[in-house]
Amino acid sequence: MTTDLILFLFLAIISVAAALGMLFSRNAVYSALYLIVNFVTVALFYLILGGAFIAVSQVAVYAGAIMVLFLFVIMLLGAEELGQSQTLSWQRPLAIVLGVGLVAEILSVVLTQTGVIASASSLPEGFGSPASIGNTLFLQYLLPFEVTSVLLLVAMIGAIVLTQRNKKDA
Amino acid sequence: MLPVSYYIALSAILFSIGALGVLIRRNAIIIFMSVELMLNAANLAFVAFARSYESLSGQVFVFFIMTVAAAEVAVGLALIVAIFRSKHNIDVDQMSSLKG
Repeated sequence: MTTDLILFLFLAIISVAAALGMLFSRNAVYSALYLIVNFVTVALFYLILGGAFIAVSQVAVYAGAIMVLFLFVIMLLGAEELGQSQTLSWQRPLAIVLGVGLVAEILSVVLTQTGVIASASSLPEGFGSPASIGNTLFLQYLLPFEVTSVLLLVAMIGAIVLTQRNKKDA
Repeated sequence: MLPVSYYIALSAILFSIGALGVLIRRNAIIIFMSVELMLNAANLAFVAFARSYESLSGQVFVFFIMTVAAAEVAVGLALIVAIFRSKHNIDVDQMSSLKG
């Protein structure tokens, strides 16, 4: 148990520090790299929680595909240092107060709820393996899976249309 | 396994950092990254509950959230590129006119 706790705290500190680094770094490229660190630590949490396949897809989809897209756009626009102006001076302190309030609220609820959810100590054979995920996905959630394919198609068409029309106008 | 509340607490902290990022940053790309951070915090909560209930439905939902996040990023970044071409800026405070 203590080894689990030390590992959890170690990864949690890295992940929160990376998230804060993403939030406060001046350069957008550094923000993207901090976010990749955060995604990788969350993937390690998935591994600890028995989701081996989901951890791999987290690294491939989030840390791979999505963040590469972000970096491409940042470098394409040269947008590393853009958007630093602050027109509403009261917005930042108010946001920090509200954010701290949100954390305190959720933590007070979560940490005082003890004994409601009993965690199983051992997992069934093959929990989180590709075969078991595929079984659940294609037997129990087939319709949402098909809807997802339509969503991806719409997003693809939308991205093409949004960037192409602008080219024609110019 | 550690109590599931530890993971939910971490997920709450990450979510709040993401919400704070949406509120205090003015760069549209950073705001998008903060949204990704919030989606990721939700995924962590899903996987933690999937572990504690021994149900794979939580992990399947993480797949769906990843798909939605990918679609959102594709459309959102295309929008940012289109806005940058017309305004040469991605400061969200500058995007206050409807006429473009």
